[in-house]
Amino acid sequence: MQEETAGVPIRTVKSFMSKIPSVVTGADIVQWLMKTLGIEDTEAMHMGSLIASQGYLFPISDHILSLKDDGTFYRFQAPYFWPSHCWEPENTDYAIYLCKRTMQNKTRLELADYEAENLARLQRAFARKWEFIYMQAEAQVKIDRKKDKTERKILDSQERAFWDVYRPVPGCVNTTEMDIRKCRRLKNPHRVKKSVYGVCEEGPPSQSPIHTPALHSRKGTKEDVEKEIQFLNIQLDRHCLKMSKVAESLIGYTEQYLEYDPFIVTPDPSNPWTSDEPSYWDLEASKEPSQQRVKKWGFSLEEALKDPLGQDLFLRFLESEFSSENLRFWLAVQDLKRRPQQDVAQRAQDIWAEFLAEGAPSPINLDSHSYERTSHNLQDPGRYSYAEAQDHIYHLMKSDSYSRFLRSNVYQDLLNTRRKLSTDQGRRTSLEKFTRSMGKSLTGKRITGLMQSS
Amino acid sequence: MAAEKAEIEKLKKECDGLRKQIETARKAVNDGDMKGASSGVESVGRVQLKKRKDLKGHLAKIYAMHWAADSRQMVSASQDGKLLIWDTHTGNKLVAVPLKSAWVMSVAFAPSGNLVASGGLDNMCTVYNVKAASPKTLRELDAHTGYLSCSRFLSDSEILTASGDTTCCLWDLETGKQKVIFTNHIGDCMSLALSPDQNCFISGACDSLAKLWDVREGACKQTFSGHTSDINAIAFFPSSNAIITGSDDTCCKMYDLRADQEVLHYQDSGLNAGVTSLALSSSGRLIFAGYDDFNCHIWDTLKGERVGVLSGHDNRVSCTGVPEDGLGVCTGSWDSFLKLWN
Repeated sequence: MQEETAGVPIRTVKSFMSKIPSVVTGADIVQWLMKTLGIEDTEAMHMGSLIASQGYLFPISDHILSLKDDGTFYRFQAPYFWPSHCWEPENTDYAIYLCKRTMQNKTRLELADYEAENLARLQRAFARKWEFIYMQAEAQVKIDRKKDKTERKILDSQERAFWDVYRPVPGCVNTTEMDIRKCRRLKNPHRVKKSVYGVCEEGPPSQSPIHTPALHSRKGTKEDVEKEIQFLNIQLDRHCLKMSKVAESLIGYTEQYLEYDPFIVTPDPSNPWTSDEPSYWDLEASKEPSQQRVKKWGFSLEEALKDPLGQDLFLRFLESEFSSENLRFWLAVQDLKRRPQQDVAQRAQDIWAEFLAEGAPSPINLDSHSYERTSHNLQDPGRYSYAEAQDHIYHLMKSDSYSRFLRSNVYQDLLNTRRKLSTDQGRRTSLEKFTRSMGKSLTGKRITGLMQSS
Repeated sequence: MAAEKAEIEKLKKECDGLRKQIETARKAVNDGDMKGASSGVESVGRVQLKKRKDLKGHLAKIYAMHWAADSRQMVSASQDGKLLIWDTHTGNKLVAVPLKSAWVMSVAFAPSGNLVASGGLDNMCTVYNVKAASPKTLRELDAHTGYLSCSRFLSDSEILTASGDTTCCLWDLETGKQKVIFTNHIGDCMSLALSPDQNCFISGACDSLAKLWDVREGACKQTFSGHTSDINAIAFFPSSNAIITGSDDTCCKMYDLRADQEVLHYQDSGLNAGVTSLALSSSGRLIFAGYDDFNCHIWDTLKGERVGVLSGHDNRVSCTGVPEDGLGVCTGSWDSFLKLWN
């Protein structure tokens, strides 16, 4: 939100002879803004509305703080009440104000419904010190009575507008609202915690929620600095990729996945949110994957395993080669990570027996170092005992079985079927357009690379 | 005393020296500009999304929302003291979870869909079983000394939390105890995001820094600076090699983990509002960022240009989320409504 701390623009005040003192029409304000700031009328309206919403000017006959470009009358707020003074008026002040209003027998000062509700609520909350509040309200009324009639009219309206900002009409945006997470930090050193009516009291604290005032001062002890040095040394030794490579990689990734991004390329057959037609979801859930989906399994082993259908096909392929133990081990370890604690020890032993023990039915090929480490971990089995072994097996699959899988008949057949949909053509053309538009056609390289490796 | 002070001074000087060396090294690899590199990429054009659903039901400011892994259910938290679980396909409310403390700031859905977590000014993370006949409190994770700003499940047995006490924490849900405490930030932690492989996570804090952590070891692996105010939102780029941050300084930034520095920033002279939340489209090409100006602005991640805006909320956009299937984006606001767009 914009915070206006500059001075009020030069007043273009028109006074009606008889009744309404010190007002200006909305249209005049807009005109003045346009002329002085050299902006268009929409911009002037927007700016004027922002100024009004903060309470620097207000409509005299309405609680809603907005600006209308017509003959509606507005008044400028008194400097005392400006938001730039960083008021945080307490509920006691508000109670005094509402109470004061009920004491003055004027129809124009009658409380609105929401104000009456607020007053009732405050009376309940401040039951014990209501006498004090009542006395303050009476004192305020006495002070007000001493003022000139016209002056009172103006001040009353300004006071009301002040409270419209800090206790807005239900349904209006409270421009003074802060995110409660940021509340307790004093961003503005001029924030004043004084009463609008000069009331000083040591009553019970206001009803805001309790924050824990944790003080975070890192004292910069020797240990802290030494740790920092250690950290910085690691950063210095880090091998960093060149920005050009990084850019290439990020661009390459988005280009590859662009056709799978429903915001860029409309999904086939349609986006259910747009068309209200669930066939896309049905297709995704079915056992028959679309060609586009099958293609995605070729992007990386991760993608193939992420998709249950891809994972299934890969497993079947490995079984046909009698080398499924690696994937089964990997899956078993993934499952172990999600087991409830009571099952973990048993499961871990089961995995050892199945894949790693001597004479195991599905022996996996682990290097001796990982084997020893894993064996050691199992003395105190936990969810992550197999982490290192799992990484090793994953790399094995990635570098060996996965590339064979992509060249295999099962995969290629699935990839090359489904030419019946006419939209297939449309999708391929748009993909070609993307690959042609890029100088270095990374997507093209990847796909054709896969095709060529058979 | 004086000797110790002198020693600390010497060490601090060493720190400064190292920082300068790192700065030089980073500049050296900065051999290209992301904007320049992406100039050859086809433009996404103007992204104009329509509002598809209005989810009404909350009675006060919505502070947080999170999609379920099925891309269909979604949970939202409001300061009316309720969590609501929605079926976004039909717009129906499935479950209402009443909260003990109405000052809720974060909510999370477990990947299994069985559990939901929330927390806020009560400094606790409460985990609920929402598959039971009526929502049951499973655990109350109570050890933080500051408000709970964000939480994310790794599974039904582990959860990560970020807190206003400047720490993040990994909890074991079966014992209800802290497993690892991540300390390094010097300002309130505002947001966290888990990497797709769950081996590391990133956090953004009020010290204007973003940090990458190893989940198992508890160590801070990398720190990214550049923002000049609180970082309110953080997310991984889908390839896991880069991160995006959103801050009160009205900027979003992308940092690459391999280059260990800022790659691009997303800033517009017309935007003077802080960023409250952000989410990426499934390819990473678009960033949906919620701002204090009541709008959600859409950025082209590669080119750094603003390509669209989602207007319709009557108060600031406090949370944004894209489901796993990437079919739409959901925005939640202080105006108590959630809107679905695509």
